[in-house]
Amino acid sequence: MVQTPIIIAEGVGKYFGDFKALTDVDLIVNQGERVVICGPSGSGKSTLIRCFNGLENHDTGRLCVDGMELREDAPGMRQLRQDVGMVFQQFNLFPHLTILENLIIGPMKVRKQSRAAAEATARKYLERVRIPEQADKRPAQLSGGQQQRVAIARALCMQPRVMLFDEPTSALDPEMIGEVLDVMVELAETGMTMVVVTHEMGFARKVADTMVFMEAGRIVEVSPPETFFTAPKSQRARVFLDQILEH
Amino acid sequence: MPSFLKRLKWADWLILIVLVGAFGYVGLRLEGTLNYTWRWELIPDYFIRYREDRQEWFANLLLQGLFATLRICIYAGILAAIFGTILGVARCAENLTIRLLARTYLELLRNIPPVVIIFIFFFFLSQQLIDALNMNAWARGIARSDSAPAWEFFFGDMRRFPSLVSGVLVLGLFQAAFVGEIVRAGIQSIPKGQFEAARAIGMSRSQEMRYIVMPQALRKVVPPMANQFISLIKDSSIISLISVQELTYKTVELVASTRLIFEAWLTTAACYFILCFGLSLLFRRLEKH
Ligand SMILES: Nc1ncnc2c1ncn2[C@@H]1O[C@H](COP(=O)(O)OP(=O)(O)O)[C@@H](O)[C@H]1O
Ligand SMILES: [Mg+2]
Repeated sequence: MVQTPIIIAEGVGKYFGDFKALTDVDLIVNQGERVVICGPSGSGKSTLIRCFNGLENHDTGRLCVDGMELREDAPGMRQLRQDVGMVFQQFNLFPHLTILENLIIGPMKVRKQSRAAAEATARKYLERVRIPEQADKRPAQLSGGQQQRVAIARALCMQPRVMLFDEPTSALDPEMIGEVLDVMVELAETGMTMVVVTHEMGFARKVADTMVFMEAGRIVEVSPPETFFTAPKSQRARVFLDQILEH
Repeated sequence: MPSFLKRLKWADWLILIVLVGAFGYVGLRLEGTLNYTWRWELIPDYFIRYREDRQEWFANLLLQGLFATLRICIYAGILAAIFGTILGVARCAENLTIRLLARTYLELLRNIPPVVIIFIFFFFLSQQLIDALNMNAWARGIARSDSAPAWEFFFGDMRRFPSLVSGVLVLGLFQAAFVGEIVRAGIQSIPKGQFEAARAIGMSRSQEMRYIVMPQALRKVVPPMANQFISLIKDSSIISLISVQELTYKTVELVASTRLIFEAWLTTAACYFILCFGLSLLFRRLEKH
């Protein structure tokens, strides 16, 4: 199979003031690939995937997403964000809108779809994330797990070509993690390109094509999951895995 | 003894006695030394009076003034809300020039005495505008025409329309600076995640403001805006200085022509107090629901 790269990072660096949050990051994500990024807190995982949709601007190196080179003021940035879905740790649903409105506002206002078309898509995805009956409620009336599933549906309604997840289950109560991961596994089965920052190693084993381990702003290891979980190449990844698998 | 009296300690009694003493002293001075004769019975006539010759009730100075104050405050409040929202959004703009302009406006208004600002707005802005639009002649025309009553319902005496416009402009622009601060605080109270989520679905900066941030921010600023409206009513008394015939101006007139100094000012104070305190109770009640 011919592999088409959809995200290409070459020597990407990012500063926050004097602090270097990313150093020389090289990574290629191919179409349909599922990449799971892990690493200790503060290692730059969020910063990296936020660079992928331009929520942060990288300072050095080159970053191409979906055929476009990302720069702070590049004219295509908005178009790019429409094609790159993002799910946040804190859900970030719009609290003043109903669930359905949360889902259709992007397609209607940004993609200029008709309300009917947007609603049809929205209901389809609500079905997919298994909460069709909550359409008219407000986000605050839903549990954390339900809210995160709505957030996934909201991103999907934009028909993105890539989905980014930044620790989608770490703000959830343990009993709700499963329902969100299930939805993500199903999404992976549809062939969606996914970049997921998570510490859920069970999920990673199940869906990841590639494991990325980061530490102190650098990518330390890129391996297929078989290698990563049984015989990680780097000492640091081994220590990290021992730590989180203990729990 | 009622229960609240039992709760008073000796220090409370001392304070009460001093207060009563102070008021009593002023009262005695008025009665004795100044030989002031209270004529409270005249005050009601200056609100509303029956004219024998025309056989009808008409609103006298104080009531006219009260109506004028209410009208001006409502229009100025609307102007301040609109312009203030624009200023508040400008304070949060990405463009540095826009941000600086909005900031400059606020700092000017915050660091120049209100009275001076009112005069500057009056001479530099509203006077020029009224001349440029030839509003005086237009308003006089309306006052003479058949449609005058309809206009007067909204704007009062049409011959005084330019003065009303001045009052509304000056007061509205003045208050807008503070409304702008409220709106800015409202926008900044919206979590960063909301901006990011909006941007992540490809919204432009203006869509993000319009559909996501402002609807949430405006809901949050309703209570402080209501309080600001009460401030506006109080501040409206300074536009009497530019001869807008509102309650304070009418009171000055009344005092000048009748010498009812204490009665008139106490009455006017009571009007403002009832209006402002009543509104603040109302807003507090609405807020609870
Ligand atoms: N907006 C910011 N300003 C300053 N420092 C930041 C900012 N965002 C992240 N950082 C710093 O960059 C480093 C990497 O952060 P992050 O990418 O959030 O790590 P991770 O997601 O792996 O926990 C951290 O040390 C963090 O303190
Ligand atoms: Mg993070």
